[in-house]
Amino acid sequence: MLRLGVAITLAFIYVPLLVVAIYAFNGGNSIEWPLPSLTTHWFSVAIQDHGAQQALLTSLKVGAAATAIALVLGTLASIAVGRHRFFGRETVSFVIILPIALPGIVTGIALSDTFTQVWGISLSLFTVIIGHATFCIVVVYNNVVARLRRVSGSLEEASADLGAHTWQTFRFVTLPSMQTALVAGALLAFALSFDEIIVTLFTIGAGQETLSIWIYNNLFRTTQPAIVNVVAVLAVLISILPVYLANRLTREEGGAGGRGAGGGTEARAETAAMP
Amino acid sequence: MEAADALAPAAKRSAGRRLADLFHGRPRLQVGTLLAGPLGWLVIGYIGSLAVLLIAAFWSVDSLSGEVNRALTSANFDTLTSDSVYREVAQRTILIAAAVTLTDALLAFPIAFFMAKIAKPRTRGLLVVAVLMPLWSFYVVKVYAWQTMLSSGGIVNWALDPLGLSGPGYGTTAVWLVESYLWLPYMILPIYAGLERIPDSLLSASEDLGAGPGTTFRRVILPIAFPAVVAGSIFTFSLTLGDFIAPSLVSPDTQFIGNVVYDNITTNLPLASAFATVPIAVMVVYLMIARRLGAFEHL
Repeated sequence: MLRLGVAITLAFIYVPLLVVAIYAFNGGNSIEWPLPSLTTHWFSVAIQDHGAQQALLTSLKVGAAATAIALVLGTLASIAVGRHRFFGRETVSFVIILPIALPGIVTGIALSDTFTQVWGISLSLFTVIIGHATFCIVVVYNNVVARLRRVSGSLEEASADLGAHTWQTFRFVTLPSMQTALVAGALLAFALSFDEIIVTLFTIGAGQETLSIWIYNNLFRTTQPAIVNVVAVLAVLISILPVYLANRLTREEGGAGGRGAGGGTEARAETAAMP
Repeated sequence: MEAADALAPAAKRSAGRRLADLFHGRPRLQVGTLLAGPLGWLVIGYIGSLAVLLIAAFWSVDSLSGEVNRALTSANFDTLTSDSVYREVAQRTILIAAAVTLTDALLAFPIAFFMAKIAKPRTRGLLVVAVLMPLWSFYVVKVYAWQTMLSSGGIVNWALDPLGLSGPGYGTTAVWLVESYLWLPYMILPIYAGLERIPDSLLSASEDLGAGPGTTFRRVILPIAFPAVVAGSIFTFSLTLGDFIAPSLVSPDTQFIGNVVYDNITTNLPLASAFATVPIAVMVVYLMIARRLGAFEHL
């Protein structure tokens, strides 16, 4: 029974992805199934597509900038919540979760309202980065808070007792203990930004495209439908590396830290911390 | 100690060192400094924007010039409450979001349980990657895959045809299927993490005391895992509530809250803002309930 349930869910997850991959080799011009013929033609078309290249570059820029901001702000907030008791601590986590808990359309229209109507700045990549960073903070925060919960604060107290000042304790005790959580958080934040489209549509300037938006716009250009599938397949293939890395990093930490089973649990808790 | 000596020779008290001394033993100052950046960003940048959205909901658009008129009026809300179309759209969207959440919980539980309690470490690792993987492929592409699959000459009809059946085609059912598909991983991961926290000994104890698998599930597993299910439901519910791309691709003739907001953004920003307060209100209530149920520890 249980195994049947597992099989159904896995099939549900993977059949559509498989369909995406098969359609990348579509030799015909329609979306009829079964495909009339197969070709690898679209791969060379996609790789040489100038629009797709530009869009990829834009996505990488936006993702990197948003992730950098989220790393700094998310880490600061997680240290405050994970290492201090203070009034309003729960409200802080509520405020951090809010941008991801509210639908993207709300975040999108609120930011777009504010940028155009209040600040009077026109929409651009800069406004996209601000939007993305806002909902990426929570990913870093969740990962680092989960880690801080597992690593006892007494290490930091010991460091202070032994004469280290605030920066030294941070640099030599706190930071190393949360290093892998930071990497995992950064990867997830980047992935979230890379895939995002709703907030992006509301905050991006005219004529600019992230890869997500490029794909979205190309769905309606029916002359070369398979090119979208090719880009998707390439994106999944490239993403295998960071997924593998993130998984490995959080798991290795458990073994290397000598915390045995406890470390393993932590790794999984962090993988799950992706909203 | 070596590191400390190397970094801060006693003779030279740098500005950084003096700042560090300032923070020493002043937890409030530490918390304040730590939170200034992130809270400044989120409160001014985000909560502030939400406040602007709420105010913009009371603006109007001059019907002749199309310019936004900033005099406050409740006209948008009058339109939203008097025109039954908006109520239907809101109801339909909330119902779909609830159906998607329920579907995802049912699909997620078996695999999450299998991963947490039955699979060997190796299989478990593979399954975690298998569940995470779809999050790295483009959302738009996944919607497009379903659009292809559900089209009249698509794979769903092709597979069902020999059985004398046909697929749902485009429409509300398609939206339910696609949204359930899109947000499933967001449900599996928290439930998996929640189930993993249940000690195996608790399950053995239940069995020793004479409970069958059904009773153990209902009286032991479900109550402990429930907050995690609620945590996952925040995402499945919220993400469905605001989506407009999937509906526009697989259900072009039915409108959802997201479509109405997006379609009005260029022509009538105030009305779009007013309608966007509906998902905000729904989610605020939802989050308050979720918090009571202890879901926030499982996010």
